[in-house]
Order: sequence, then C-alpha cells, then structure tokens
Amino acid sequence: MGSSGEERKNYDAMLRPYTTLQASRARIVYLFLFFTMTTPPRKWGGDLLFLLENLILKDFRIRYRNMSLGVMWSLINPLVLMGVMTFIFSNVFANKSIAAYPLFILCGLIPFNFFSGALLAGTTSILDSAPLVKRVAVPREVVPVASVLSNCVHLLIQFGLLVGFALVYRLPPAVSWLWLPLVWLLFIVFVCGLALGASAVNVFIRDTRYVVESFNLVLFWLVPIFYPFSYIPDRFRDVYQFNPVAALVMAMRNIMIERQAPAPSLLRNMTIAATFTAVAGTWLFRRLKDRFYEHL
Amino acid sequence: MTAALVFDRVSKSFAHHTGPRLLRERIAELFRSAPGHRLEVLKDVSFQLPRGDGLGLIGPNGAGKSTLLNMVCGLSQPDSGRIEVHGRVGALLELGSGFHPDLTGEENVRVNAAMIGLTRRQTKERFEDIIEFSGVRDFIREPLRTYSSGMQMRLAFSVAVHMNPDVLVIDEMIGVGDNDFQAKCLERMRRFQSEGKTILLASHSPKLMEMLCQHAMWLERGRVVTSGPVDQVLKAYQSGHGGTASAT
Repeated sequence: MGSSGEERKNYDAMLRPYTTLQASRARIVYLFLFFTMTTPPRKWGGDLLFLLENLILKDFRIRYRNMSLGVMWSLINPLVLMGVMTFIFSNVFANKSIAAYPLFILCGLIPFNFFSGALLAGTTSILDSAPLVKRVAVPREVVPVASVLSNCVHLLIQFGLLVGFALVYRLPPAVSWLWLPLVWLLFIVFVCGLALGASAVNVFIRDTRYVVESFNLVLFWLVPIFYPFSYIPDRFRDVYQFNPVAALVMAMRNIMIERQAPAPSLLRNMTIAATFTAVAGTWLFRRLKDRFYEHL
Repeated sequence: MTAALVFDRVSKSFAHHTGPRLLRERIAELFRSAPGHRLEVLKDVSFQLPRGDGLGLIGPNGAGKSTLLNMVCGLSQPDSGRIEVHGRVGALLELGSGFHPDLTGEENVRVNAAMIGLTRRQTKERFEDIIEFSGVRDFIREPLRTYSSGMQMRLAFSVAVHMNPDVLVIDEMIGVGDNDFQAKCLERMRRFQSEGKTILLASHSPKLMEMLCQHAMWLERGRVVTSGPVDQVLKAYQSGHGGTASAT
C-alpha cells in the first residue's frame, strides 16, 4: 500500500468531481453505504450509484427472466402462506380475538420474508460473486449491499399486496403510514450491516450460510408472525422487543392496524440495532476484505 | 521521468491449505493474517515503470506474473513492500468475469461498464462504440448464453478497452476472437501506446511483447531473474530456458 499521504491524495482526487456539482448526491450514496468508503479503493474511480443500480437490476432480471409467472412469484408466496395461516387460525386453532387476520399475518410475513431472503442472499453474495471479486476491483462492500437492496424490489411488490388488503378491510391510507419509510430504512440498514459481516465471514467459514438458514427457521417461530405480541408472557417481553425483526413486526401492526405511530421504545430499539450492526458489520468486513482474494 | 508504476521490495505469500481444519482454527484464522506455513509467490520485487512505457513479464507458469498483475489492479494486497500506481488502471485479466449468461449482451455491457468504473454518462456515450467495436451488433439483444465463446470474448474485450485507462494491465491476451479481431485488438493497444498510456503485459508470446513493450522482466519462482530492454531479456530468457529444457 502507498504511504498514508499518498492514500490521502488519491482520496481527494477521487472526491474532487463530487465536491462541486454532485456533492449532495455523493453524500447520499456515501451515507447509503454506511461510510464504508472512508478508505476508497485506490484504483476504482467509478460511479457507486450507477454500479449499485446495475447490480440490483442484474439480480432482479436474472431471478425472473426464465419464469413464466415472473414477478407474480413475489406475490404468490406470501398469499399462499397467508391463506394457510388464516385457515388454520380461524378454523383449527380458532382465534377470533384478532380483527383483519390476513392483514395481521401480512404485517408479520412481509418483514420476515424480507429479512430471511435478504440476509441469506447477502451472506452468500461474496462467494457467489467470486469471479467478480477476484477479477474486478469494485469496492467489495457494494456486493452484499446490492444483494440486500435487490430484495427490496420484492418488498415493494409485497407492499402492494399489503395496501390492497388494507383497503379490503376498510383501512384506507392514514397519517400513520408516514412512519413506514423510517422504520423500513432502519430495518434495511440493520440487514445490510448483518449481511456485510456474514458475507465476509462466509468466505473463511463456509458453514456460515447454514447457520444463517437455521437461524431464519428459528426466527420464523420467535417473531410474532401468526400470534400477537400480547400472548408473550411478561418475563420474555423485554427480550422480545430487542429482536429487531419482532420490533419491526410490532411497529408494522401499530402503523397498519392500530393506525398510530409506532411505540417509541420500538423506534429506539430499531435505531440501536441498525447503528450497531452497521458499524460492527462494516468493521468486520473491512478487516477481512483484503484477504478475500486468497480464500475465494 | 514520471513513474506510472512503482514496486518497492514487494513480497507476497499465500497460506498453504493442507487437509481439513477445525472450526477453531478457521475462526483463529479470521483474525490472524499469517497462520502456519506460507507459500512465497513474490519475493522482493522492485521496479519503476515510466509513464508511457510498456513492461512485459515473462517466466514459466507459477512464476508470480499474475499475482503481480492482480496487485497492480488492487485485487490483492502485498504482505510487505510498497506499490504506487499513478492513474486509473484498466484490466484485461480474465475477460468476461462479470458476465451473466442469462442477461443479454446489451445488459451485460452495462453491468460490466459500471463495474470497471464508467459513469452513467460515459457508458451512454461509449455504448455505440463498444457494440461497434465488438462486431456482435446483430446478437446484442440475445442472452449471452447463445453466444459463441469467441463472441463473448469480443464483447468483453470491447468493454474493457473503452474504459480509457492510464495504465493498461494485460494478462495472456492470445486467442481473443479470430484473426480479424486479433488484428483489431492489437491495433487498439498500439493506439493506447501512441496516446502515451502505460502498458503492463504478462505473456508467453515474444512477438506480442516486442510489439508493445520497451522493457521486460523475467520472473522465476517469485524472484526477478533479470530485467532490462525487451530484446535482451527475451534473448536471455530463451537461451536460459532452452538450456534448462534440454538438460532435463
């Protein structure tokens, strides 16, 4: 590596075009990647936003190109699960205390689906893109972040479903919906942080992927997807609230069903979780990324 | 003389992976960078390459040529020593590394352009030239898996040369497309040279090296055997290697 003075100079040179016209846009991009770019790669002077956009589009196209139902699959999966659960919990384990049960389920399923899908894709992303990481000097952080963000495309589609059901249950858009962007932004940052860390570890310990898969399976039961939070015994409640996926599910129900702002404790916990994983994930990733080449 | 590329006593080694390892060792390895026995790939390599010159690397397989090129591209870091690169690096390493078979030629060009560091505007401006140069315009909307391997290479090469780098790093470019396309590539690389760009080439072809490089460096087992003007080094390499080959 060059001396630190040299590095500094290259950094300035790289940022110079941004400091004038594109200052605000660059700031957003840099914020987006959680300051992962404080030590920019020496020889890559490209356009991060353009790269990110292309990687997300690529993921999206590959996933649906050869399917006859295409994007519909993003809807069919939650619809089927929602249908089954609604059947079970209105006929088998009948529970009449919850109004708008399908909507209640969707508020749990959508965050869980996003979390499990995005985290698994993010975890395997560096390994899956080995040819890329070994041959092209793109900033490595972009790879897991792009794979998490490409799952946001499904998220948007599933949001369409959620809004549809809200209308069916006569719950039209309310002021509380304005909280949605904030809670989801916090959650996406949280998942990106996890994915950064997990993808880096997965290069060295390939078992990580299976750990994440099992973890997702356990989480399905530990997140209040098909039961309300009020069923949780008092002594477990605090622990529950610190699970960021559960926190998002509760916030979603606050917003969509009770039509009010999410509880402040939820927002606080989600902010802590997002900040912590973003910092820790980035730190771990940075620490390991120089040795990816030898282990891929 | 302004140097485009400086190597100052650069060494690089890789971990020897022998047999299965315990999880405990793997975790320890995460935070310790030099565990156990290591294989030296480059040892104390130093050189300076002036801007606008060409340097050819020769040596048998496993001499460390590709490792050196990868470090110039910033893909891996040296264990010790210092590498200075002035200007943007364009790499012609393994062509088509970022290509995906299910995407069309056009989509692959865009993704690839973004990866090698072109901005949105540059991609738009150079898009036509890239397609034109590749000569696969008729198939550009077809998925890449329907392309012949030659056509894929042509497209990848075309994207790479349109990056307009200051330092061009080339690894074994022999066998890209047919004779026509090879001539086109060569012509393009010579244009790079006449524009004052720096070329770093690893090749087994003395002909190509003499065409593009003024200097050459002979590597063997990660060490510099000799370096200097291209004709002298090539001559020494050929006689040296003829000697060892006949002796065995």
